[in-house]
Amino acid sequence: MPVEIPKEVLKNFKCYTPYKAPEGLSVKKQLGMFYTMNLIREFDTKVTDLWMENKIYGIAHSYVSSEAIAVGACAALDPEDYIVSTHRGHGHCIAKGSDVKKMMAELYGKYEGYNHGKGGSMHIADVENGMLGAQGIVGGGIPFALGAALSSKVLNKGRVSIGFHGDGGSNQGVWHEAMNMASAYKLPVIYICENNQLAISTPLQNVTGQSDLYLRANGYAVPGVLVDGYNVFAVYEAVKKAVDRARAGQGPSFIEARTIRFLGHFVADDQWYRDLDTVKPYWSLEPLGRMRAYFLDNKLAGEDELKIIEQQAVKDVEEAIDYASNDCTEPPAEKLYEDVYAGGEIIK
Amino acid sequence: MRIITYREALREALKQEMGRDDTIIMIGEDIGRYGGPYKVSQGLFDEFGPDRVIDTPIAETAIAGAALGAALAGLRPIAEIMYIDFSFICMDQIFNQIAKIRYMSGGNVIVPVVIRTQMGKKGSAAAQHSQCLEAIYAHIPGIKVITPSTPYDAKGLLISSIRENDPVVFIENCGLYSSKSEVPEKPYTIELGKADIKREGNDITVVAISKSVRDSLEAADELQNEGISVEVIDPRTIKPLDSDTILESIEKTHRLLITHEACKTGGLGAEIAAIVAENGMYNLDAPIKRIAAHDTPIPFAPKMEDYVLPSKNDIIKGIRELMKE
Repeated sequence: MPVEIPKEVLKNFKCYTPYKAPEGLSVKKQLGMFYTMNLIREFDTKVTDLWMENKIYGIAHSYVSSEAIAVGACAALDPEDYIVSTHRGHGHCIAKGSDVKKMMAELYGKYEGYNHGKGGSMHIADVENGMLGAQGIVGGGIPFALGAALSSKVLNKGRVSIGFHGDGGSNQGVWHEAMNMASAYKLPVIYICENNQLAISTPLQNVTGQSDLYLRANGYAVPGVLVDGYNVFAVYEAVKKAVDRARAGQGPSFIEARTIRFLGHFVADDQWYRDLDTVKPYWSLEPLGRMRAYFLDNKLAGEDELKIIEQQAVKDVEEAIDYASNDCTEPPAEKLYEDVYAGGEIIK
Repeated sequence: MRIITYREALREALKQEMGRDDTIIMIGEDIGRYGGPYKVSQGLFDEFGPDRVIDTPIAETAIAGAALGAALAGLRPIAEIMYIDFSFICMDQIFNQIAKIRYMSGGNVIVPVVIRTQMGKKGSAAAQHSQCLEAIYAHIPGIKVITPSTPYDAKGLLISSIRENDPVVFIENCGLYSSKSEVPEKPYTIELGKADIKREGNDITVVAISKSVRDSLEAADELQNEGISVEVIDPRTIKPLDSDTILESIEKTHRLLITHEACKTGGLGAEIAAIVAENGMYNLDAPIKRIAAHDTPIPFAPKMEDYVLPSKNDIIKGIRELMKE
């Protein structure tokens, strides 16, 4: 049985599309996407628990319920392609293929983490893997994606880049600057706006006159589309089309992947400023349940097979926590100045 | 007297001033219903409404620029930049526009804008949410820069800043929001550009900025047991800087230590040391010492963050060293 979506939800969430894999996407790959989405869900669920237990620190933002966007988008990329992330970046890293052990070690502030404990949740960068960095500044990464696409064009590498950002970032001046330049130079960049319609506590419709953000792209002669941000196949198809266009030298695309933010802005945000009862029915849209039902309904996978995948994700995150808490070391004081300059210079 | 927090003192200043003068508006991200990320403006939206407590999109350049435009056209805006780190996004509006328009216009305009922001350690907030950047603001002519360290100062200095006809960058410290002190209920002002001697002493002068004032006072308490009498000066306003109070203190103590949580290179310590070298060097019995953050970005890992920032113990160690000279 497909997940039942209440009528009221369908009425308000107009970009809803039912799960249906595009032609040419093998079941094996679909199940791989299901695994990655589960891995993100489990990772960020555990991150919230660990933060509450005071085992990880600082400002961490959960990607739970947005899994379909990162996974659908990155599944349409080649490994050499680039992505640029946001403050809510764990899902992007995992979808691009980052190692959850090294991510967890980073969140624990350990030297073995991706960034030796210097970055933490908001600044994980796995450049070898094409993940050019998460962000502490809203909109700050938008021009990175432009630059990565410029590099690909100048060096004739045929790579594309994705600039993930949120509805908040789309209101920064740099969004408009980047969109204009990408269009002017026909750069192979795809901007994906994860529109969860809330910037901390501020509803998008309160601070923009046009909350159908995909329509803005038109003003820059960039094709803009709206997709169901909980539908991994819809995201995949839109991004695939944009990737093909970018690789063919036809320039940038803009995809608004719309969702509703279910959880808090950051992991400890109890969302006192919203009526969470009104949000509850929308949980029916969340991607894992819909994808699971799709596999079962279409007899593409059995219950046992799906459980094995889900349990694998749980096990992988358990191992990552075990690694970060038991096998990793605190960064030593003498490493403080390491990485400030490329030549290892200490300037003070 | 009544004891309230730094956060409450700021809120009271905003509330009293907005009640007094309806040309005062607030503009910033999540300052309205949400009450600001650190709850400073809580309740003001309900009291003054959405036209005077304006929630904006995430758009720092437009926030700062709109404050300027509104000031030119008759309002007294208080713009909030959520983290001082984010103020780099709107540097053009603050440094090229707000700071210079009065001068460029030959004095034709006044710019009664307050830019409220906060800096400092939150605990693993990492390199883009933890910086102390006061020195960068002090470098630019045309703006005044305030760094209150106590609830009493926070209220009085904010009221003065709001009444000021020049642009003021008012830099709160996140680590102080919950600190408490005696604060009068009635509105009062504190003269901008006037330092405060937070503790009198005879053996050494410590000039401390923002949260380092608290650390220095704690250090002074401990050193008293060793017979070292520490004078702690809080400039409160770092632009204009009250150099007279510092120079007078050195005439008495003959030793100077400067401490802040901003990076050492190009920090306020460098400016204060230069002023003392120019105007009071012959009063010194020992070299000037600076206790500041290391010249690195703020790392995420808790241990690393502790290495970077100066602590009370670093200040104690520095004072002991100077006393041996």
